[in-house]
Amino acid sequence: MRLHLLDVAHARSGDKGDTANIGLIALKPEYYPMIERLVTADAVAGHFEGAIDGPVERFELPNLNALNFLLHGALDGGGTLSLKTDAQGKVFSTALLRMTIDISQDEARTLGLEPLE
Amino acid sequence: MKQTVRVAGGQGFWGDSLDAPRQQVEGGEIDYLMLDYLAEVTMSILQKQMERDPAMGYARDFVGAMESVMTGVMERGVSVIANAGGVNPPACAAAIRALAPSGNSAEKLRIAVVTGDDLLGRLDELIDAGHPLANMDNGDPLSTVRDSVLSANAYIGSEPIVEGLSRGANVVITGRSTDTALTMAPLRHEFGWGASDWNKLAAGIVAGHIIECGAQCSGGNCLYDWRSIPDLANVGYPIAEASPDGTFIITKHPGTGGRVSVPSVTEQLVYEMGDPHEYITPDVIADFTTIRLEDAGPDRVRVSGIEGRPATDKLKVSIAYRAGYKAVGSLVYSWPDALEKAELADRILRERLDRLGLRFDQVLTEFVGVSATHGDLAVRAAGDSRDYPEVQLRVGVRGGDRKSVERFTREIAPLVLNGPPSVTGFAGGRPKVEEIVAYWPALIDKRVVQTKVEIV
Repeated sequence: MRLHLLDVAHARSGDKGDTANIGLIALKPEYYPMIERLVTADAVAGHFEGAIDGPVERFELPNLNALNFLLHGALDGGGTLSLKTDAQGKVFSTALLRMTIDISQDEARTLGLEPLE
Repeated sequence: MKQTVRVAGGQGFWGDSLDAPRQQVEGGEIDYLMLDYLAEVTMSILQKQMERDPAMGYARDFVGAMESVMTGVMERGVSVIANAGGVNPPACAAAIRALAPSGNSAEKLRIAVVTGDDLLGRLDELIDAGHPLANMDNGDPLSTVRDSVLSANAYIGSEPIVEGLSRGANVVITGRSTDTALTMAPLRHEFGWGASDWNKLAAGIVAGHIIECGAQCSGGNCLYDWRSIPDLANVGYPIAEASPDGTFIITKHPGTGGRVSVPSVTEQLVYEMGDPHEYITPDVIADFTTIRLEDAGPDRVRVSGIEGRPATDKLKVSIAYRAGYKAVGSLVYSWPDALEKAELADRILRERLDRLGLRFDQVLTEFVGVSATHGDLAVRAAGDSRDYPEVQLRVGVRGGDRKSVERFTREIAPLVLNGPPSVTGFAGGRPKVEEIVAYWPALIDKRVVQTKVEIV
C-alpha cells in the first residue's frame, strides 16, 4: 500500500550555507518506527535526485519522533549567492512530504492508515 | 534565588513584528525580554551603514522597541537583552540612553555594552599570526577573498552578558552574540549556574533555540494542523519559564493567538539543525537527542532531560565579503498556454543575452506557479496537466561585472511588446542590481577573542 509522507509526518526546513536541513516529524509517535525504517538517507537522495548536488545525511531523534536530513549542495550556492526563490530552503520541508512510501496492508491496518487512492 | 525566571522572546530577526516587544512586556509578568536581530549577513549591511555614518551600524528597530518597553524596564524591573548592537554597540547604547528621561530617574536605566566580537580591524594581524580563518565549507583560506571582506565577527557566548547583569545592568546590548546566549545568560545569572554545569547550560541553549525565532515556535509557520491554529493576527510570542534545575516550560501570554504545543515546539527544535548530537555553542555542546517534551496544559510544553558537554576551544567567525552582482526580473503570462509562452520568452531572453555577448556566472530561470518551489517533483506530480491559469517567468543572473548585470535588467521590459502574447505584471519597473554579500564561516581559537563589558 502506498502512502504520502504528508499523511504520516510534518516537517520544517531551513539552511546552513549551501546545505538545506529538513526535520521530518511523525504525526503520531506510533508512526515513527515505520518512518525511521523507510525514509532512509538513500531514499531521500533518490527523491531529490537532480535537485541537489551533494550527498544526503540522516540523523535520528527518536526522543522527538523525528529525523533530521542534511541535503548538501541543495541551495544553488546558498544564502545571498543563490538566485532561487527558495534560497533559504524553507519549502524543502513540503517537497519531502511529497515522497511516497510503501507499507503492507497489515502494517497500515495496525497503524490505522488509509491508502493513497 | 528566584525559583522561576521568565524570559520572553520578542524578535526573531531584524524585520520581525514591531509590536511584539511591547506585547511581551505588557501582556503579563516576565523577567527578561530577549531580542534577536542578527542573521548571517546582517552584520555586513550594518558595516556598510557605519561606513556612511559612524553613528550608525546597529539595528535601528531596537530603538523603537526600547521606546515601547521603557516603562516596563524603568518601573517594573524587566531587563532587556539584545544583540542589536551590530557592528557598533556603543552607538546603539547612546541611542537608547537618549530615550531615557533626564534627572534622577535616568539612573534606573543601566546599560551594559558588550564589545570585542568585531575582528575586522584585526584580520591581517590574525592571518599573520597563523590563523587562516579557512572557510568551514570548502577549506579555502581567507586570504583568497581578503580584499573583499566587509565584516568579520566572532560569535560570542554568555559570559559577557552574565557579567553585565551581575554589574547591575537592566539593558544588555551586544554585537555578534549567539542567538541562544541571549536567553541562556540571564538564566545562568539568576540561577548561579557555573561555567561547567554542562547540562544546565545546554538546557539554557535549548530554551534559547526554541524562542530565538519568535512566534515560529508558538503557532507561526507551523505546518502541524495549521488550519486550526487560532488568531494568528494576535499571535503570542514565546516565553521560557525556567527553573533552577534546568527544566523549563515554553508558553505564551494568556489571551494571545497562536498555539504552543508539542508539535509546534518540535518543528522549531529541528529548524536549522545540523548534527543533533552536537549543537555547538561557545559555552557548551548541547545534545538535542536528549530533549524530552511533554504537554503541560493548554499552550504549555514542558522541556526536560537535556544533556550537554564541554564546549570546544574555538569560536565560529561570521565573515561577509563582496562577491559580485545579481538581479532578478519577472513577467507574468496568462492562460491559455501560459507555461508555453513563459518558456518561449525565456528562450528569447537568453538568445538576446547571448547576442549581446553578456557573460554571467549563472543564469537561473524559474516558472513560478509551476516549479519554483518543488522543481521536477511538482512537474511530475502535475502529470500532463499544463492548463495553468497563469505562470510567472522569473529569471535571475549573477556575475562579477556590474555593467553586464545592469544590461540584463534592461532586456526584460522589451519582451512585453516584442515577445510572446498575454503578458503582464511589469508594473514594478526595471529590476534592481544588487551587490552580493556572501557569507564565509570560519573558526578561530577562543583565546584570541577578548570581550569587554562597559556600563554606560
